[in-house]
Amino acid sequence: MKIHEYQAKDLLREYDVKVPRGVACFSVAEAVSAAQYLGGEVWVVKAQIHAGGRGKGGGVKVAKSLEEVRMFADEILGMTLITHQTGPEGRLVKRLLVEEGADIASEYYLGMVVDRAMQRVTVMASSEGGTEIEEVAATAPEKIHKVSVDPVTGLTEQQALTLARAIGLPEVTLAEAATLIQHLYLLFWDKDASLAEINPLVLTGDSRVVALDAKINFDDNALFRHPEITDLRDLDEENPLEIEAAKFGLSYIALDGNIGCLVNGAGLAMATMDIIKLYGGEPANFLDVGGGATAKQVAAAFRIMLKNPGLQAILVNIFGGIMLCDVIAEGLVTAVRETGLSVPLVVRLEGTNVKKGLAILAESGLSLITATDMADAAQKIVQAAGGN
Amino acid sequence: MSILLNQESRIITQGITGKTGSFHTRYSIEYANGKACYVAGVTPGKGGRVVEGVPVFNTVAEARSQTGANVSVIYVPAPYAAAAIDEAVEAGVELVICITEGVPVKDMIISRQKMRATSTFLVGPNCPGVITPDEVKVGIMPGYIHKKGPIGVISRSGTLTYEVVGQLTARGLGQSTCVGIGGDPVNGMKHLDVIKMFNDDPATEGVVICGEIGGTDEEQCAAWVKEHMDKPVVGFIAGVTAPPGKRMGHAGAIISGGKGTAAEKISALEAAGIQVTHNPAEIGKLMQQAMA
Repeated sequence: MKIHEYQAKDLLREYDVKVPRGVACFSVAEAVSAAQYLGGEVWVVKAQIHAGGRGKGGGVKVAKSLEEVRMFADEILGMTLITHQTGPEGRLVKRLLVEEGADIASEYYLGMVVDRAMQRVTVMASSEGGTEIEEVAATAPEKIHKVSVDPVTGLTEQQALTLARAIGLPEVTLAEAATLIQHLYLLFWDKDASLAEINPLVLTGDSRVVALDAKINFDDNALFRHPEITDLRDLDEENPLEIEAAKFGLSYIALDGNIGCLVNGAGLAMATMDIIKLYGGEPANFLDVGGGATAKQVAAAFRIMLKNPGLQAILVNIFGGIMLCDVIAEGLVTAVRETGLSVPLVVRLEGTNVKKGLAILAESGLSLITATDMADAAQKIVQAAGGN
Repeated sequence: MSILLNQESRIITQGITGKTGSFHTRYSIEYANGKACYVAGVTPGKGGRVVEGVPVFNTVAEARSQTGANVSVIYVPAPYAAAAIDEAVEAGVELVICITEGVPVKDMIISRQKMRATSTFLVGPNCPGVITPDEVKVGIMPGYIHKKGPIGVISRSGTLTYEVVGQLTARGLGQSTCVGIGGDPVNGMKHLDVIKMFNDDPATEGVVICGEIGGTDEEQCAAWVKEHMDKPVVGFIAGVTAPPGKRMGHAGAIISGGKGTAAEKISALEAAGIQVTHNPAEIGKLMQQAMA
């Protein structure tokens, strides 16, 4: 799960990590009064969306008067912000963060992720702050310093100091920086984060170390024990069909093509998308109905796929294990009747009770196309969708 | 021969009194030598009961000392799954297979840390399990699609494994052991650990590896295969069409920071001399050609 920058900064404050003073705003008037409340002469008006690259996309502006705060807030609120992470459709900005301006002497990068190979949390820091860390990794990997954290001891003071020194922070700030790094790690660990990035971490003119930006993602599997994090969820930032699918225990991801796919199991669902593409078609979605889907879930899956206006055909690919093919076939027939399916449907059933399942489909009298294997299914669906 | 499991395995079901645990224990007992292999169940506080003809104990240690079991399979709910793994490891179980989906990554980091000093093997979590055809099935896969034979199968995904096994069996190629290693970012055995065992197993003559986007496990496996593997290996990587930054069902199936793409994995496999197909309908065919 992702949260906004201002929410991440609230968490950082709870963990005594220094961040600029700031106020989250939902209107231009709120932005202006926030600036008045913060005082000073320079403010930063920042679009709050769940994507990086906001500055380059025009979503972050430095205001030098209250009039400029008003102007930038008006400009950014309601804009469709396009960044390298939003995709070409961009994201509508509904929230702002107004912050006091910072006196930046130099910029650094600080990040934490779960390292799959090490099976531990890895803390990364770099002198190359403010830029994409992937870029630094590609062009100057020697400038990224990493430490792996023993889950029993946590991030030690020594490790944190080593990182702070390695990225070239001045000697007088090392102790403060090390504490900040340790506190960020505590936050990461306590809250079951999957990623935390402070980019940039800045050294101010008066030698303080401050988190100027913050991005924190959380492990979905651990949200059950963090209601305080779940409360931060902003559904406006998520695809409405993906939200609806999740309510039915379905994993759905919208894609750009015209062939809907309904598959049981994530690996087989990806393989189904791949084979559609291989045969010249374009998948409209990833949809995993899980290992034990019910007729009700299958019906919900159909309704969700059919809400995509670009949909021109549906491929169902089920390899029944725990999931019985006859149960799925009954679910399919019900779903097709309920939704009054208007696009061609290709069904490939395999596995437990497949004969019973196919018989149910045949006896239903519905005009669906059955396929014997994945290749046959891919060929038929691409043809049905009017592809190559 | 086979790897990890055979008809001599003695198995505990952790979470046997739950709906999922009892359901799959029933089907696993019905498969091949299951009746002899499944010797105990564990659910804290429910010791003394009998489920599916199997005695239930309060702890794994008790179940192990009473029955001599050496394998455990876990169906307990996600919030308690890592604790169940820890319990099995502490009781000295040789092989722990965790089927449970949705285990928090932090819990797995802690459990894996505890396992470092032990010799227990872990498969999963979030996996279909392990089957040695005609001997024993531990997990949720449909037993009847399998056939005993010379092919080892390693996969991160459940139904994609069934798809591969179905293709192999249809072509008359049986399997030595099929291992579903699971789709989570922090888990037990990796492709590399399993392929080493297949290389040493006299009953295995060829191996299929199925990978998917996310992480670098397939690449590490490929590097080893290039230097050490003396049996034919074929591969398939799911997720060529997956967009970056989106979690494709499995917690571990995500392209992040430009790493873990299908293209990278496919080229790593090919560079190691592994034949890779882009067509998931032709994995069985490719294995058959490689064995010819």
